[in-house]
Amino acid sequence: MNVELAHGRLERTSTFGQIPGLAGTFPARQTLEIFTQTCFNRHFEFESKKVHDRGLMKLPIYLSVGQEHIPAAIASVFPDCLIFAQHRAHSVYLSFGGDPVQLIDELLHRPTGCAGGMGGSASIHSPQIGMFGHSGLMGDAAAEEDYIYGALGFAITKKLPVLFVCEDNDLSILTRTAVRRSWTLCGLAQGLGLPAVDITDDPWLIAHHVRTLAAQLPALINIRTCRGLWHAGTGCDGPPEWDRFALIKETLSELGLGTEAAAIESESERTVQNLWAEQLRKL
Amino acid sequence: MGRTVAEVIRETTREHLRSRRGLFFAQCVTAVGWIGGTVPEMSEADGIVELSLADVTNAGVVVGAALVGRRPIYTVRYQGFMWYNAAPIINYAAKSKDVWGVPCPLFLRAIAMEGNGIGPVASASQHGLIMRMPGMPICAPMSPNEWTEAWNWFMRHDDPLYVSEHRRSFAIDYEFENSLEKKADITLFPISAARLNAIEAAKTLRQEGITCNIVHLVWLKPFTVTDDMVDSLSRTQLGLVIDSDFEVGGPSRSIAYDLMHHTGAPVFALGLEDRTAGVAASLDNPTPTPETIVRVVRERVRAASRSRACAKI
Repeated sequence: MNVELAHGRLERTSTFGQIPGLAGTFPARQTLEIFTQTCFNRHFEFESKKVHDRGLMKLPIYLSVGQEHIPAAIASVFPDCLIFAQHRAHSVYLSFGGDPVQLIDELLHRPTGCAGGMGGSASIHSPQIGMFGHSGLMGDAAAEEDYIYGALGFAITKKLPVLFVCEDNDLSILTRTAVRRSWTLCGLAQGLGLPAVDITDDPWLIAHHVRTLAAQLPALINIRTCRGLWHAGTGCDGPPEWDRFALIKETLSELGLGTEAAAIESESERTVQNLWAEQLRKL
Repeated sequence: MGRTVAEVIRETTREHLRSRRGLFFAQCVTAVGWIGGTVPEMSEADGIVELSLADVTNAGVVVGAALVGRRPIYTVRYQGFMWYNAAPIINYAAKSKDVWGVPCPLFLRAIAMEGNGIGPVASASQHGLIMRMPGMPICAPMSPNEWTEAWNWFMRHDDPLYVSEHRRSFAIDYEFENSLEKKADITLFPISAARLNAIEAAKTLRQEGITCNIVHLVWLKPFTVTDDMVDSLSRTQLGLVIDSDFEVGGPSRSIAYDLMHHTGAPVFALGLEDRTAGVAASLDNPTPTPETIVRVVRERVRAASRSRACAKI
């Protein structure tokens, strides 16, 4: 077998699994809802970064910049579920209706935080939205944990209505998947009998497959994506392999939604900045 | 200035891989800082094995390497993860020699850290987890020579060894001496990072007129009651074991029990509180701080003085 294929390198492109013209089949309202949530998540992370860089957070922070559109797309078609998210989950929490003020408080170590200050950035918990702290939606590294095989096997044996989602950024801290394993998560799931797809992180493609898999649970979706910042912390090791946010905006322009998108982005940025400013005033 | 603990670990590891076909196993070895500068920048061909994130399985892989005589160094980057990694270690490596007569010598470096929002899972020392099961000696070195002593012990024996390291030790380039005075008020027996805090606390307490003897504990299991311990406790008639692991059901209470029965002197225990650490600094559950040690020692010494006064009456 081709070594790169075995290591999943050939699948790591911005177009892997893409369906031509798919975005155009979505109603404009739904497309703009996904984009609105994506922008909110993204600017939430940028504000988090700024506050962290000012030294106001004394905790390891796991930012989802570059991956912020994935939960936005999933939540748009799979809203009524219990959520077990991994450590990079700010965007998951926000996309599924988590109160941003409570997340800000959590990151600022306050007892009014969504996990009462116990969870910090890594273990976000919110009974109000049915979100349980750490972990379930996983990354490519967590997919190697011993429990995954057992969990997938149990889910298929008992026919449980679980959607396993892997946000696959190809990195465990900085160690690439190919260094750690030669198998794919999708192949493992399929071997156990779960419907599974392996795709790039195009939000319309994600929404399309989640909607399809939701009728065949348990199922798994592996989403090739790019982490914009460090594993923990706010640093950056250079440009990502692809810039999905820019690609989304390109598609929106092609769909004739460029003006609306620009307005949404500005409004999201302003809203998030105001939320943070309001909470920081309480310091 | 001598070598730091980190430098000693790194150079010992390099020599083990280069000269003895040893192996080194860990997750994300090359990712950031080569595990606090304790790992030589060598390749997989040299014996540095990057593990996947399968915690339980990883420990099993290392056990296999030990069974075929590669004397692996297995580094668990966060000691709290021992709750995942422990199964093959406790149930195979520690039992193999007793059950089948087949030794399983592996050197398990379990690294404790605390503070900086490390949170409820990764943090703290967890040597008590291993301590209650047979088959695996345990030490908690904090100085270059102590770490070397642990390594030399490992190389002379064919048992698995649990080395409870602490991140705060990595920059240490000096050795610890027991502090023993004839007219001390209490004997402290600190373990791991608690040793650093106990030294600080003793300085403060001396200013208050309370003198503390300090007997540093490195080998936790098997635990040997030494002449220094007996002499000091026979004079102070009061002891306190201080640990970076949990107090309830933990090593501090176990060792206090041994000391008490050996000497007849009351020996108390102080470790992590029986609660989950939070990420927020106010919710952390760290090694007893110097301030906490000062408060506890002050209370114990005063109570002991009152008891003695009452006994005279």
